[in-house]
Amino acid sequence: MDLFEYQGKSLYAKYDIAHPNSFLVNKIEDLEQSFDLNYPVVVKAQVLVGGRGKAGGIKLANNIEELNMYANKILGMDIKGHTVERILVEEASEIKEEYYLSFTLDRSAKKYLMMLSAKGGMDIEAVADENPDDLTMIHIDPSKGLDEDVVIEAILNSNLNQDYQPELAEIITRLFKLFVDGDCDLVEVNPLAVTGSGVMALDSKVSLDMNAKYRHEDFDQIEKEIPIPPSEKLAKEKGLNFIKLDGSVGIIGNGAGLVMSTLDVVAEFGGSAANFLDIGGGAKAETVSAALEVLETDDSVSSVFINIFGGITRCDLVAQGIVEATKGKDLKWQIVIRLDGTNATEGLKILRDNPNEKIIIAETMNQAAELAVKGNN
Amino acid sequence: MAILIDEDSRVVVQGITGREGRFHALRNRDYGTKIVAGTRPGKGGEEVESIPIFNTVKEAIDETGANVALTFVPPAFAREAVLEAAYADCQLIVCITEGIPAKDEAEMYNLIKNNTKSKLLGPNCPGLISPGKSNVGIMPHEITLPGGVGVISRSGTLTYQAVHELTQLDIGQSTCIGIGGDPVPGMSFIDVLKDFQEDDETNAIVMIGEIGGTAEEEAAEYIKDNITKPVVSYIAGVTAPPGKKMGHAGAIVSGNKGTAKAKMEALEEANVLVVSNPTKIGKAVKEVM
Repeated sequence: MDLFEYQGKSLYAKYDIAHPNSFLVNKIEDLEQSFDLNYPVVVKAQVLVGGRGKAGGIKLANNIEELNMYANKILGMDIKGHTVERILVEEASEIKEEYYLSFTLDRSAKKYLMMLSAKGGMDIEAVADENPDDLTMIHIDPSKGLDEDVVIEAILNSNLNQDYQPELAEIITRLFKLFVDGDCDLVEVNPLAVTGSGVMALDSKVSLDMNAKYRHEDFDQIEKEIPIPPSEKLAKEKGLNFIKLDGSVGIIGNGAGLVMSTLDVVAEFGGSAANFLDIGGGAKAETVSAALEVLETDDSVSSVFINIFGGITRCDLVAQGIVEATKGKDLKWQIVIRLDGTNATEGLKILRDNPNEKIIIAETMNQAAELAVKGNN
Repeated sequence: MAILIDEDSRVVVQGITGREGRFHALRNRDYGTKIVAGTRPGKGGEEVESIPIFNTVKEAIDETGANVALTFVPPAFAREAVLEAAYADCQLIVCITEGIPAKDEAEMYNLIKNNTKSKLLGPNCPGLISPGKSNVGIMPHEITLPGGVGVISRSGTLTYQAVHELTQLDIGQSTCIGIGGDPVPGMSFIDVLKDFQEDDETNAIVMIGEIGGTAEEEAAEYIKDNITKPVVSYIAGVTAPPGKKMGHAGAIVSGNKGTAKAKMEALEEANVLVVSNPTKIGKAVKEVM
């Protein structure tokens, strides 16, 4: 889960990682409270999308009047389809040097990867493409951790200003601790800067591994502050794995791979999926009702394709859920169902014994996709 | 022959007293799998339908000669359970558990690799089945048929779909393996491809991939140089939008990396027959065999 800059910085605070003093503004009235920042300050839009500076979402204010002016302008602003609901007001730093640092998991090496570069403050992918030698990449064995010697060598090899070596080594070590102990998928600092007040992490791009939620008390609150579409919210409450997409064929399936594949097959027949919805293994009748309920909240859905291959999931229970959820209801859309695998015969019998003119049974995945796309037009 | 498991495999089920552990232990035993033991700390000496329970994997191995561990332990305890089985010298550990933090997976993978000889399949996988011989996992064996096609996949239900397509056309399988959908799987496509290449009974391979990471690209490189048997492949997620985790923690397109298109192209370059839809797998196998 990708975090807002201010959330990443609150994790910096927790791990003693130096960063500028700041103040979070949720609504314009927040600026009437007293806050202890020295001007000039930077006014930064909090959005989960890149390129906010170019879009006018970052401004330098020299006094309270300018701060009010920019805050008014940026709050509520639309940046690439994201509405700015919060701004971070931060003391401007006197930047002497700008570096780049990130920690992530290299899936093919199955090790952690540290990337460090003296070319901070710019698009790191461009640096990697054009001047790969300017990017120091170091693999860290997760079973061993990060040695201080390795950090110092990386600082040397990346041609960072060696006068700040001890401070740099310390902040890098603390950022690594945040990455590992904080169960982050990504910690990226661009720029990691040498400023008039020492070495600091000026920006934050942090992504959390939500599988580790059970061992972090703060993940729940962080998650609540991240906006998600109403349908995704309902799905989360119901324990379903749901992602809103741009098309109009509602998809329900069991197993991530099969659902992904269902989206592809729908596209192959000229349609486009409205969502990804995985009811998971071992789904019961209630799960299926909940899934249909989630799709009902999405106005862009105009037909539904339920694709089930029973393994742990039993097709009869899925069919039972469909019957219960649709009985006596005036369905908004046509539902096409394909059942295979464990107890498919029993499931199909349940559907045939409870006919509903809006529900169509398909023999194969392809036929179902074709019908769902047709019913969509 | 089959790969990794056969009729002689002796399985200890970790977490046998849990709902899933018990259900699948009994189901696999009914299929003919030698489920010789279970573990649950504190319940040593008890039994589940006459399967003896031990406190530790070490005791289970010493008493029953188990050589394969099947793990259903919840995410918070899975790392310790898998490491326990590895340090007790289990040859193969099959970890079904879904939802293990990536950090725990990365640590356990490297600890096992650095310090033991064990092979780890999963986590977050459906396990494996050698049809007619042994089922170590949660795959519905009803849809399988003994034969000569090796199946490898990152997804559970897509494996079932592929196996179903094969069986419908009377094409049997030597071993069907789900390597799991997480960012740090134990055995990779390459590890399994190597075993299938060496297995006399396997004469064609079906490989099912999905978006995210570069495992399919690496497999394509490997196939080009090392695999002489015909390979059919399907990649899920052609239409997946970038930056979203599509159900599996590992299924995410980051920037322009991990796309289905790149994977399909790499495989085609390695002379793999890539199909656009999982229902075409059966016919494609018939074509290459």
